[in-house]
Amino acid sequence: MATTDAADFLDALTQRLGPERVLTGAAPMAAYESDALTAFRARPRAVVLVDSAEEVVDVVRLCAAANVPFLARGSGTSLSGGSLPVHDGVVIAMNRLNRILEVDPVRRTAVVEPGVVNLAVSDAAEAYGLYYSPDPSSQSVCTIGGNLAFNSGGAHCLKYGMTSNHVLGLKVVLPDGEVIEIGSDSLESVGPDLVGLFVGSEGLFGIATKITLRLLPKPETYFTLLAAYDSLAAAGEAVAAVVASGLLPGAMEIMDNLAIEAAEAAVGAGYPLDAEGLLIVELEGEKQQVAAESELLLEVVRRSKPYLEHIASDPDDRMRIWKGRKSAFSAVGRLSPDYIVQDGVVPRSRLGEALTKIQHLGEEHRIRVANVFHAGDGNLHPLILFDGRVEGELERAEELAGEILRLCIDLGGSITGEHGVGMEKRQYLGEMFGEADLDAMRRIRMAIDPGELANRGKMFPDAEAPALLSHAPHPLEAAGIISRE
Amino acid sequence: MTGAPSRPGSAAEVAEAVGGAERIVPRGGGTKPALWSVEGAYVLDLSALSGITEYLPSEYTVTALAGTPLADVDARLAAKGQYLPFDPLLVEAGSTVGGAVAAGANGPGRLRYGGLRDFLLAVTFVDGRGEIVRGGAKVVKNAAGFDLPKLMVGSLGRLGVLTECTFKVFPHPESCATLRVAGMALDEAIEAAGRVGAGAVEIECLDLAHGLAGWDLEIRIGGRSFALDARLKRAADLLDTDVSTLSDDADARHWRARREFGWASTAASVLKLPLTPATAGALEQVLADLDASQVARVYSAGIQQAFVAWPAERVADLPALDRALSEAKLTALALRAPAEAANQPILGHRTGGELLRRVEQALDPAGRFGRL
Ligand SMILES: Cc1cc2nc3c(=O)[nH]c(=O)nc-3n(C[C@H](O)[C@@H](O)[C@H](O)COP(=O)(O)OP(=O)(O)OC[C@H]3O[C@@H](n4cnc5c(N)ncnc54)[C@H](O)[C@@H]3O)c2cc1C
Ligand SMILES: Cc1cc2nc3c(=O)[nH]c(=O)nc-3n(C[C@H](O)[C@H](O)[C@H](O)COP(=O)(O)OP(=O)(O)OC[C@H]3O[C@@H](n4cnc5c(N)ncnc54)[C@H](O)[C@@H]3O)c2cc1C
Repeated sequence: MATTDAADFLDALTQRLGPERVLTGAAPMAAYESDALTAFRARPRAVVLVDSAEEVVDVVRLCAAANVPFLARGSGTSLSGGSLPVHDGVVIAMNRLNRILEVDPVRRTAVVEPGVVNLAVSDAAEAYGLYYSPDPSSQSVCTIGGNLAFNSGGAHCLKYGMTSNHVLGLKVVLPDGEVIEIGSDSLESVGPDLVGLFVGSEGLFGIATKITLRLLPKPETYFTLLAAYDSLAAAGEAVAAVVASGLLPGAMEIMDNLAIEAAEAAVGAGYPLDAEGLLIVELEGEKQQVAAESELLLEVVRRSKPYLEHIASDPDDRMRIWKGRKSAFSAVGRLSPDYIVQDGVVPRSRLGEALTKIQHLGEEHRIRVANVFHAGDGNLHPLILFDGRVEGELERAEELAGEILRLCIDLGGSITGEHGVGMEKRQYLGEMFGEADLDAMRRIRMAIDPGELANRGKMFPDAEAPALLSHAPHPLEAAGIISRE
Repeated sequence: MTGAPSRPGSAAEVAEAVGGAERIVPRGGGTKPALWSVEGAYVLDLSALSGITEYLPSEYTVTALAGTPLADVDARLAAKGQYLPFDPLLVEAGSTVGGAVAAGANGPGRLRYGGLRDFLLAVTFVDGRGEIVRGGAKVVKNAAGFDLPKLMVGSLGRLGVLTECTFKVFPHPESCATLRVAGMALDEAIEAAGRVGAGAVEIECLDLAHGLAGWDLEIRIGGRSFALDARLKRAADLLDTDVSTLSDDADARHWRARREFGWASTAASVLKLPLTPATAGALEQVLADLDASQVARVYSAGIQQAFVAWPAERVADLPALDRALSEAKLTALALRAPAEAANQPILGHRTGGELLRRVEQALDPAGRFGRL
């Protein structure tokens, strides 16, 4: 863009939003240059703070007219570089669009703006005995818009699914400024599932400005069981046995010894320090049903011979168990100046094999790896610990992270369960999918956004990547506000 | 068409057939004729592309070729105590895996855990350019790439010919039973449904069926046998009126007939409409305005969808119904309708047209599958 055009473009933005909501200097924009994948950084042309859906539409139209790339930004907690600015593009900060427009207890829906924080939805629904089910560990800060872009999950997504399973309707600004509505407030729809296509599209199809979410009745009761094993494999076998028994728990999580140690040091959850594998299984739902299921669960788990078991005695005890689990990663992070949270999926019957191989890979690369994972759905979160100041460690850690993704592909799984491809995993998308598959996805992208303006350079393998810096904790993490899962 | 197979036995043969046709329509079991009887189109019969390619009970996943009858999938899963929680329709009538996905229709049991969209993990399809495309992954959790499996749900054969699908499956409840309250007024039934739904009792199915004496409210509860009686009692207490109970075989038969449309005349057109408890009244009004208050219909899956049997003798009024639905902002899919409806199986209010047109342009630039 010629300098005069560039100046005209900024003038037009300023005219629409006023000077105080168009940030351009290095200092005001510093906080927007990166997300929770701190290895990457990019300087945008401008950051705009929008107050309404109409403003989003106008900004997108200005960008489209001037051929300037843009992306929406929620809270910037993406672990895959999804909210990394596009160089010389516009960052549209959505946080002020944070109104909950409606909670309807009869339909069991909430209509929200995209900047609403995940946990705020459940807080608003609480009065009606309802909640919003997907629970990323970052739920106290991450936004529904960001969740939507990545189809985010959490520990409790085994039974009722991830974000996509809870989004019913959307109002969207397409990358050329055209506004459409898709879905409705019904669970059912007719015609191709366009809402399903939009969720998980990582910001490449435009910006959601209004979102209808499905709410669920809060479970009447929980039964939370902690079982400690002297090998990780034994914990994994217990998961297989629970699955085979026909039970459908709300959550099934495993932590390894390093993760246990760190979590204990951080929050004192009461975990046994000598366990090699710690299993958390939680049943949720109606009292009578959970009572009947818990007997079967105990029977099955006891057959797997844990050397120790503990049943949460009350809601506080349950919270303590979950706090340990949810803080595990940031806690492990404290043991190491830098770390990478990896996110891959393997068929759950191959969890044991995957973990053994990850351990070997770690030894080969001389890098420590801690493991915390959603065992119920085979979603691994290996935590790769390194020190960026030591010559060559970052490269070895990156290499190991890549090897782990390849392992997931080889075992028939996926390169991401919930954090998205973003910037970080672009090069692996082409290893998981064939050329024709990627081509179909590219064609859809190009038909929707021929100028590749929306979140340019993300997800697809071919774009240029900014240089790696480090994998230090996210600022919010360092401040103890959020923790990684 | 020169030499291309009309009954392909592999994805490659499907690709060959698509590449050689000007206008093509995939046909699974042929159970939803309104959806594939397109005039002038070359019908691609997928019945030879049949078979369960992988079933891993411990992974909760099953993969089958698109022409596989759902009845076969059901039977394989049942032997391991598992099921397709979206509760597919017309299984006994011969519905296939690909036809179910393309129609995107769910049975009453979708209330408990979700619909087809929530249980479809991976797809292989042939797009309108004759390319074989894979989307999703054969594991229960995956966020890589665009969610092409969801895009294919409800695509009605217009975006691609499915050749293989992977579903997530769940353990089947150990036993089920159904509470029934007969002859209610509609508002009364909706109110009672809301009351039970808002309670702690977890419900498999909740349907309101229109009968001669008013509306029958039917609530199915499933789970561990040991706890079932106590839970039924709890739900019955919330209903606070005369309740009858269907158990075991009677319960199973009842819901099977619902899914197989045993309640609709064989000559009637069958429509599915997305709904909420708040919009059921609008549909009632549309029917009343068209003097059709007596048509057989069910408000299903917690009143999230309606199935309406539109009588054969009133086929000429389908265009009027289309207009009335548009005005009421309601949408319908004709699962079964006269052949002339097949070019446009969607009636009433439409959304997302601009996005859909772009997707169609990407996957089927020449319009071989026809446009929705
Ligand atoms: C109320 C009712 C009662 C019926 N009763 C009977 C009956 O008693 N006996 C009977 O034989 N039939 C009956 N039918 C006909 C019905 O047409 C079923 O045969 C079946 O449910 C449809 O699934 P299918 O696999 O047959 O899909 P189809 O009907 O073949 O197709 C449904 C849609 O999916 C598309 N499609 C199919 N396969 C694919 C694929 N692989 N890839 C992409 N798109 C695909 C089609 O183009 C079409 O748009 C009935 C239908 C209704 C609505
Ligand atoms: C400590 C920590 C713990 C985490 N735990 C989990 C976890 O348990 N599970 C999990 O899945 N993830 C987790 N994450 C990752 C992250 O929190 C999620 O990906 C979250 O959904 C991002 O939300 P955000 O508001 O921060 O989005 P951002 O990072 O700001 O943006 C993410 C993407 O969303 C797009 N976007 C934002 N708003 C919109 C909109 N309105 N329309 C279209 N696109 C939009 C952006 O363009 C970007 O591509 C964790 C991250 C951290 C730092």
